[in-house]
Amino acid sequence: MSAKTLYDKLWDDHVVLTEDDGTSLIYIDRQLIHEVTSPQAFEGLRLANRKPWRIDCNLAVADHNVPTTERSVGITDPVAKLQVETLDKNCAEFGITEFDMGDIRQGIVHVMGPEQGATLPGMTVVCGDSHTSTHGASGALAFGIGTSEVEHALATQCLTQKKSKNFLIKVNGSVGKGVTAKDIVLAIIGEIGTAGGTGYAIEFAGEAIAALSMEGRMTVCNMAIEAGARTGLIAVDDTTLDYYRGRPYAPKGDHWLIAERAWQKLHSDDEAVFDKTLELDASTIKPQVTWGTSPEMVVSIDDTVPNPLDEFDAVKQQSMQNALKYMGLTAEQPISSIQIDKVFIGSCTNSRIEDLRAAAAIVEGKQRAENVSLAMVVAGSGLVKQQAESEGLDKIFIAAGFEWREPGCSMCLAMNADKLEAGERCASTSNRNFEGRQGYGGRTHLVSPEMAAAAGIVGHFVDVREWN
Amino acid sequence: MKAFTKITTKVMPLDRANVDTDAIIPKQFLKSIRRAGFGPYLFDEWRYQDMGEPEMDCTNRPLKTEFVLNNADYQGAEILLTRENFGCGSSREHAPWALEDYGFRAIIAPSFADIFYNNCFKNGILPIVLSAEQVDSLFKQVTAGYQLSIDLEQQSITPEKGEVLNFSIDETRKYRLYNGLDDIALTLLQSDAIKAYEVERQERAPWLFA
Repeated sequence: MSAKTLYDKLWDDHVVLTEDDGTSLIYIDRQLIHEVTSPQAFEGLRLANRKPWRIDCNLAVADHNVPTTERSVGITDPVAKLQVETLDKNCAEFGITEFDMGDIRQGIVHVMGPEQGATLPGMTVVCGDSHTSTHGASGALAFGIGTSEVEHALATQCLTQKKSKNFLIKVNGSVGKGVTAKDIVLAIIGEIGTAGGTGYAIEFAGEAIAALSMEGRMTVCNMAIEAGARTGLIAVDDTTLDYYRGRPYAPKGDHWLIAERAWQKLHSDDEAVFDKTLELDASTIKPQVTWGTSPEMVVSIDDTVPNPLDEFDAVKQQSMQNALKYMGLTAEQPISSIQIDKVFIGSCTNSRIEDLRAAAAIVEGKQRAENVSLAMVVAGSGLVKQQAESEGLDKIFIAAGFEWREPGCSMCLAMNADKLEAGERCASTSNRNFEGRQGYGGRTHLVSPEMAAAAGIVGHFVDVREWN
Repeated sequence: MKAFTKITTKVMPLDRANVDTDAIIPKQFLKSIRRAGFGPYLFDEWRYQDMGEPEMDCTNRPLKTEFVLNNADYQGAEILLTRENFGCGSSREHAPWALEDYGFRAIIAPSFADIFYNNCFKNGILPIVLSAEQVDSLFKQVTAGYQLSIDLEQQSITPEKGEVLNFSIDETRKYRLYNGLDDIALTLLQSDAIKAYEVERQERAPWLFA
């Protein structure tokens, strides 16, 4: 048998049948459902008088629209309220398990899934959300889909797909102090661009990746889509198994033992051939800050804002000029001179307990800068929030002038009340700095939780490697 | 799904790279539980001077006149010509819903983001990949009234003058789009294969069927 990549193994394991042109029907083990991309899918089922193929493969939670303030008052925006109620109704009608707004397990779909052990190594995982790539951190084949495919997966437990190509990104060596999983993935995106992974499944490997916790690995795979790849993957190792053992939806008893044996094979074979390979030296990666309106517009904290005149490609030069104008920045101004108005610590990229611990360690005993009007900390799930509170992190944040909020997607995409005003500038741990993403006219700089926390204290970007 | 066979229409030149789905349809419109009605909010932030809200009447909103969708020369265009990595970012199918609702049937670009590309086919939109040079040349040719014919069966793009361009497309996708077939109905024809897979899979991975 020829050597296979991790992606090859996962793919082969899920092929139901393949057409002559290579288009395959692949089986889906888990679908996560949220309120924004599912109403039209359920409506489609109803109109065609179809039932879900396997109800137990689906798990639902409302996250995009939920308020992060006191939950007892409910959702005040009537349009958002209807959407969340529609999810509740659809789940009740079709018999799908949902963690509703009052459930401690409620949270961002990509935080809740692994936390519950509902997404596991070796599974195919889909969700009507591009950041489904997050779940690839466990050695699962996970990718985002549109609403038509949500309906398709509900009705058939399968999707029609063509196999992607294999892209190996090896991050060799180890990162220095103050450099996080977020900086690794931003540096990768800076290197290959937002379309660098288009058409590929990216496997992240190398010592620096193996050294990451599961949470760090989720941060890296989460942003594979920002490099254009629907799927990010990391091989299963002891870190993976230790993380999933005992989780509510993880296999128990003999099933765990069988699963563990199967999962240990979920790595690329030594002789496996990749269509593309990139190697990076982890020791050269510094804390990253995006300056523009695409995640590839990223530099190190000790750099300056790039000058479009140094770019020879006319299309790219125009994009850079547009970005500088939108962001209100000047070419060649030092990144550390950029003053911020708001801080957002949260999102499916960086709202897990380790992210909150890291941010809390930065702000402990310090005070939010005067020019920072709002610094929000939004835990990824009710359980993350509870854990953080048991460790006293909430008190550290509140004492430093940071707000401690209820779980949800919040200001990552600003569908709820948490948003930037036009012209406001935010140090954000989220994943997209697109125009208007965090609010109409808002300006987003993507950074790690440590960098966002430090910027909230000082009022402008600072190098966390020199923090004390 | 609407079938796509052949169109002859004006071309809207959107000269930007990396157009993300947040720009195509901003998040506030995603609160809708409907599939239709997104056209008036297509490219909302680039198109209007004010901030759009769901269900807003757009007829009297102030326009950003320099934006190409507001240029009288290109009104009625069913082909969108744009630059690389179109449709990147969020998986929201509201993006192709908005493009389709506005009236676009085909999009020509040097590359598309994977999820968006896939979503187009579910909504009767034909995304066509041409080389960056071919796209650049089309941008230079597009003027008021410029038309192209796209023939899916022939996989060809024919300008009024000049050479015919050919594009490639997967056979399965082409067949389904050309005939406007329902993907789910087609998959359900394979129910026996899916059930057989489940039996075999349950033996290998019993924990997934517990």
